[in-house]
Amino acid sequence: MGNFEPKIIAFCCNWCSYAGADLAGTSRIQYHPAIRIIRVMCSGRVSPLFVLKAISIGADGVLVLGCHPGDCHYIEGNYKTLRRIPLLKRILKQFGIEEERVRLEWVSASEGARFAEVANSFTQSIKNLGPNTLGHLKQSSKEAKHG
Amino acid sequence: MAKLKIALYWAASCGGCDIATLAIGDKILKLAEAADIVFWPVGLDFKYADVEKMPDKSIDACLFNGAIRTSENEHIAKLLRAKSKLMIAYGSCSYEGCIPGLSNFYDRKTTFERAYIETPTTDNPKKILPQTKVKVPEGELELPEFYDTVKTLAQTVDVDYFVPGCPPEEKTTWLALEALITGKLPPKGTVISHSIKAVCDECPRKKEEKKIKKFYRPHEITPDPEKCLLEQGLLCYGIATRGGCGALCPQANMPCTGCYGPVEGVIDQGAHFLSALSSIIDSNDPEEIQKIIDDIPDPAGTFYRYSLPDSLLRRARIK
Repeated sequence: MGNFEPKIIAFCCNWCSYAGADLAGTSRIQYHPAIRIIRVMCSGRVSPLFVLKAISIGADGVLVLGCHPGDCHYIEGNYKTLRRIPLLKRILKQFGIEEERVRLEWVSASEGARFAEVANSFTQSIKNLGPNTLGHLKQSSKEAKHG
Repeated sequence: MAKLKIALYWAASCGGCDIATLAIGDKILKLAEAADIVFWPVGLDFKYADVEKMPDKSIDACLFNGAIRTSENEHIAKLLRAKSKLMIAYGSCSYEGCIPGLSNFYDRKTTFERAYIETPTTDNPKKILPQTKVKVPEGELELPEFYDTVKTLAQTVDVDYFVPGCPPEEKTTWLALEALITGKLPPKGTVISHSIKAVCDECPRKKEEKKIKKFYRPHEITPDPEKCLLEQGLLCYGIATRGGCGALCPQANMPCTGCYGPVEGVIDQGAHFLSALSSIIDSNDPEEIQKIIDDIPDPAGTFYRYSLPDSLLRRARIK
């Protein structure tokens, strides 16, 4: 597993975590390049469908990053995420997928260093887990129809 | 006008869909006026060889119920597709995989071991499992191959329409048959049902703000007959399920289990139910949330009860 470079999708909320990632960049803090950021308006927008879709087409890990509890721009979007992820993890386990492939973390706009730390520690834990073998799943005609 | 030619088939199913086609009552006379049934293994004595001899596209419509689990299911699905102008996935098994599809949490080996060895009522000391070929004094016997993964009909052949339900309600069946008889066909790929909205839209129960402190199983409480079942902590699947059934189960004090499949435009019914359900949990404390969630005994099996083969992940990964 020496040369395994994971592909990791990070859903970052627009108001805190994306700004945190931005701060990591402008502060020139280095973090592992496995992370592919997708900006969403709120971590509450991250439907379990997004996570399952990422895993089904071969993402090795999925990070969901939101504002710290109490700081949500939409008041309670991140609380919805807080409730969703544990149930999603239970389902992943039943599907034979390691629950460690999905992680929820809170990163504020001022926490550039924390963003880098989360990115690095998650990448390391995915490296330890090894690749996700579900990437061979092809899109069914029905999915293709819905884009 | 020449009579329509209709074929009916069952693959991996329980037989309930074949009964559901008869549940249309006296409308069956209208069907008999308009159509001849040219193949129906449950009801009439036709052989596969009879179908093989029919010219391609000579059947007007095939109502195919059941999922694709064996090589026989797959072979007949392809055969009937070639012979039929319209292929209709009739019922949840052929549309989404349904209950037979739940074995996608396992594989052939574990399914066989459970069914033929481990079940308490099984007496099989020699641990004999079904084989595709067996030699007996009279010669070699063959059985169809049992696949590791259950597929939907649309994952096997091109499908024109879907009729949801486990089994489809009488009025849903008639909606599809009427479209065939009158020739007023919806666009290809339509899921034929009276509603594209959720079951809640048809459910007469009183709905207020949804906040759940504890989940219950149906035998654990006697639900209030007026109030929304989900608000009472029962895992009522109505919020993530296509209507058209008339919300029959909630009206009989039983939570909806999701047999009409996802609402229009949704591709993974289980993920949508998970999303909606978990966001109404009434707690912001991670430990309490975990405790509330742990009350759901089999979340994946519950959320994907009818749609596992049609879901994004399709099956569990077996190590």
